[in-house]
Amino acid sequence: MSTRPAARPVRTPGLSAKEEIMARLRAALDVPRRDAVTEAADVPRDYQRADDRQEVSTDPAKVRDVLAQRIADYRATVHRTTPSQLPAAIAEALDGAGSVIVPPGVPEGWTAQVAATVQVDDGTPGPRELDVIDAVLTGCHTAIAVTGTLVLRSDDLSGRRALTLVPDRHVVVVQADQVVLGVPKGIERMGEDPASPWTLISGPSATSDIELERVEGVHGPRQLHVVLVDPEPEPEPDSPAPDGTSASAPTSQETYR
Amino acid sequence: MSATVNLGMPAVRPQHASPSSTLRGTRGFPDAAREELTDEVLRGNLRHATTTIQAKRAGVVREVRDWQKLRNAGSALKWQVTDHLPELLEQLEESVTAAGGTVHWARDAEEAGEIVTSLAIERGAREILKVKSMATQEIALNETLEHAGIRAIETDLAELIVQLAGDTPSHILVPAIHRNRAQIREIFLASMPDLDPSITDDPAELAGAARRYLREKFLDSPGSVAVSGANFAVADTGTLVVVESEGNGRMCLTLPRTLISVVGIEKVVPSFQDLEVFLQLLPRSSTGERMNPYTTLFTGVREGDGPQEFHLVLLDNGRSAVLEDPDGRSALHCIRCSACLNVCPVYARAGGHAYGSTYPGPIGAILSPQMTGVQDAEDPSATLPYASSLCGACYDVCPVKIDIPAILVHLRAKDVDRRRGTRGEFHGAWDVSMKGASRLMSSPRAYDIAVRSAGTLAKVMPGKNIGTLPHALPIVPGWTDHRDLPKPGPSFRSWWDQHEKQRAAGSASGAGAAPATGGDEQQEDQA
Ligand code: SF4
Repeated sequence: MSTRPAARPVRTPGLSAKEEIMARLRAALDVPRRDAVTEAADVPRDYQRADDRQEVSTDPAKVRDVLAQRIADYRATVHRTTPSQLPAAIAEALDGAGSVIVPPGVPEGWTAQVAATVQVDDGTPGPRELDVIDAVLTGCHTAIAVTGTLVLRSDDLSGRRALTLVPDRHVVVVQADQVVLGVPKGIERMGEDPASPWTLISGPSATSDIELERVEGVHGPRQLHVVLVDPEPEPEPDSPAPDGTSASAPTSQETYR
Repeated sequence: MSATVNLGMPAVRPQHASPSSTLRGTRGFPDAAREELTDEVLRGNLRHATTTIQAKRAGVVREVRDWQKLRNAGSALKWQVTDHLPELLEQLEESVTAAGGTVHWARDAEEAGEIVTSLAIERGAREILKVKSMATQEIALNETLEHAGIRAIETDLAELIVQLAGDTPSHILVPAIHRNRAQIREIFLASMPDLDPSITDDPAELAGAARRYLREKFLDSPGSVAVSGANFAVADTGTLVVVESEGNGRMCLTLPRTLISVVGIEKVVPSFQDLEVFLQLLPRSSTGERMNPYTTLFTGVREGDGPQEFHLVLLDNGRSAVLEDPDGRSALHCIRCSACLNVCPVYARAGGHAYGSTYPGPIGAILSPQMTGVQDAEDPSATLPYASSLCGACYDVCPVKIDIPAILVHLRAKDVDRRRGTRGEFHGAWDVSMKGASRLMSSPRAYDIAVRSAGTLAKVMPGKNIGTLPHALPIVPGWTDHRDLPKPGPSFRSWWDQHEKQRAAGSASGAGAAPATGGDEQQEDQA
């Protein structure tokens, strides 16, 4: 393209592409960058990690509030409920849908009050068949509060990936013990099974490609409903908190990032 | 010096990118920019886009208390990657293979194109689905496939617009930013046969049209082959990470039978855990969101979920040459967030096309010439390191702390050395103005006179900007042709002289006017 044609990169006869690339890289690195080479141990890890005080000690109720608020920011619909009210909340989130598909691990109770036909996925419906189903109901693996992110693992609770992609409405149930505060804790949980396909969802799909105007719902489900299950309210106001955190530790006043 | 490769082979040297790559413009930056600057639509769109994203980015970055620590970690991780690239790539290949994927190595654009084309042909594909990827853009994969009779369908809305219009992308993140809604409506009407002509230019309607058009393609997955890039490739687990907004990525990564990912060798990250850094840095820097709508992580193949065949093409194409320069190699650390483009005053005016490369903006100005190499003084790549005012905003926003200004200066120095070696090559307008500028900068007295007289000149000109002042300032001819030169306030030297005089005179008011900043760029960044 320039004034004179540039030379084609040299390929050495007798070397495989891999051997040649490796040899090029080793030759390039022969010139040291500086006196020191960065090793894994040199990476400063003083940012807030999974074991950060804020992650560990923030009141879970407060973390759930952040999650709900961040998801709503993305203009997804948040339904807050409790275990006993869950079937009703799910029915509300699925209101108007005529057909619903669920992965095999979704508890039967979840769909007890759903008016629509409920189909349990056996792995066979293809994209075209999924496309005519109105909604999909799944659980999730983890939810990250600070970023409003739902983390789905390809399993019996969250479903194979096509399931949560093709139907136009996705209803996700988030249990209280699945909620973490920050991204590092979320990645730590995912790291227990890194080889699984994972999908991180932060609001419905969106584009800003036309004059930077945000348009929601491009190719993924256009409606995202999150049913967030808070613990049942305490019958007696002064009994200890149910989830092991001491009720006398409402001192975490840190602001969220 | 020369690397000995213990294979008994002749010494292998790092190689620049194939000339067929879309990395080198057809003319130098100044010429290309001059033409782009006449496009008022482009300038307007770009200014709107860059200022909007910039403000969003600054807002979400400010929320993160440990942002600087995350940047430090991101930067160190990237140095770890470049320092250990061969080992990490070996590890990546092992992990991907163990997870049921196949790894291919591509020395250059041609080799990558051949690999993808033959994989597609072997699977009988006449059409393939594509997720936006700069690596495939760089190697002109669509054109290569077309030669083989295979049609690549771009599935990102912006890429689709660009493809249907027969354009090239102008921004890493918003490739169609040079098109406004009315133009996009026309493009769609001309190329989507089923589209109802009553469609308005409302972005939601236009996006809806694209959804319907592409959905048919996704659900049938023609040829059942998809090609993607990846944002990160994790060495210890073999996991590929694709970060996106629209869902077309999920479609392409999930529904087809065969998935081919073309990934630059610099995209490797050491461990799965390191994603905790990059998945915080990238979305906030890029689209200014706390997290992008969709991120997919996949490792090889998974029975019953997603593609049943996965091919990873690891691409060199000039990256080894970038790695060879210890002072320039950190250009490989780029995670393509595009934050540096949005803060760059030169980019905001000239637009992406002026850079003539897949990689525009400040990062392109240091990456493209290193990938292509510079053949001679006429090489368009040689002008790129000058496409900057060295204001430093790019470094401040870069999530992995690439010192772009330092590398620009380094590449300019190399360019000057090259020119010194070949006498008589200072003749283009660009050279002359650069020479003028360097003469000016190298003489404090000449500089002083120039700046002081600019201040005096400003007094007789009304308004904030002097406006186009061709050749009124003889020092840097041509500079103001395409730039509204901010009216200089008093120079620091004049101000200081004045200030000292006043002080000596015991003036009680004390303060002369501080030097005014005439420019209209704001950097609101540090968080
Ligand atoms: S150089 Fe830095 S700021 Fe620019 S695109 Fe790359 S990562 Fe982003």
